Amino acid sequence: MEQTESDKPHVSRLALFLTFSRISLSSFGGALFWARRGLVERQRWLTEREFVDLLTLGQLLPGPNVLNLTVMVGHRFAGWTGAAASVAGYLGWPFLVVIGMGVLYQNYGGLPQVQHALAGMSKVAAGLLLATVIKLAMVLPRQWRPWLFGILAFVGVGVMRWPLVWVMGALAPWAVFMAWKAKE
Amino acid sequence: MDRLDLSGLFLHMLALWFVAVGGPSTILPGIHRYVVEVQQLMTSAQFAEIYTLGQVAPGPNVMYVTLMGWHLAGWAGAAATTIPLLIPATTLTLLVGHFNERYPNAPISRAIRRGLTPITIGLMFASATILMRAVNQDWRGYLLTLFTAALVLRKSWNPLWLLAAGALAGIFGLV
Repeated sequence: MEQTESDKPHVSRLALFLTFSRISLSSFGGALFWARRGLVERQRWLTEREFVDLLTLGQLLPGPNVLNLTVMVGHRFAGWTGAAASVAGYLGWPFLVVIGMGVLYQNYGGLPQVQHALAGMSKVAAGLLLATVIKLAMVLPRQWRPWLFGILAFVGVGVMRWPLVWVMGALAPWAVFMAWKAKE
Repeated sequence: MDRLDLSGLFLHMLALWFVAVGGPSTILPGIHRYVVEVQQLMTSAQFAEIYTLGQVAPGPNVMYVTLMGWHLAGWAGAAATTIPLLIPATTLTLLVGHFNERYPNAPISRAIRRGLTPITIGLMFASATILMRAVNQDWRGYLLTLFTAALVLRKSWNPLWLLAAGALAGIFGLV
């Protein structure tokens, strides 16, 4: 059953902070899985449908999609301060954790064992990213237009090494315009 | 460390985040270009190590930018790379979220999604190839990267196990 605006649960700022803290701290290797579990299954603040809608919107906007979702969820339930409480929970802890890792990296990053372990992990991390891209590319429609824009973006940034901002500035308006004209 | 232009770093990151449609992987080439190729603040291998640490840490993967800033210039550096990440999310997202609650089915958002998705994927592919070249010196490295990708496409294992296996392979000198 779809939740309507009127049965929007009442959620305090503290609850927003705590829930997003929990989501963030359990997010190893990507936050999406844990965000859905926390917001839809555990807290039931959002229906499945609402979650997907907000996520799609978060994906369209610049910035990390789950962070955008965090802002929108916080704002929906408790306004500006709710958005701030959610973001503090979502980014505050990992901020401290990575600084801790930075301290370790600066002190021990030069040790041969650490270097070797990091080198091995980096190769795996590159593979993880490659696999994610391939999975996403599978959902592109089998038409020339999306693939053309994808290839142009890849060649401009990955091969020619042109600045990202210029490439986006040149391609994005054109791509959106073409998609607009082509709409059924 | 040489004098680092923190405000330049801040502004550059800010500009990148405003075009980072589709998430943090799309701006990796932009960050790499700036810190490794243009400013030469770190080597490509160091960049890859920091990116990897960001994947291992709990929390959003994007936090590697915080780690990078901290590595370059301590707390001020961490702020200079992290705050720009928050600005589009807290301005544009709130505005558009508001618009969306009023007009949920505007055709413009459909056109934007269909237009930008392929570009996002092309940029992420560029990120993957840049990272692959940064971390691999010989065929064994490329083999591990490609093997990992093939494995992830077939199995839904927790990526942390794969990273741990990569660490062991590195320690025992296999790659």
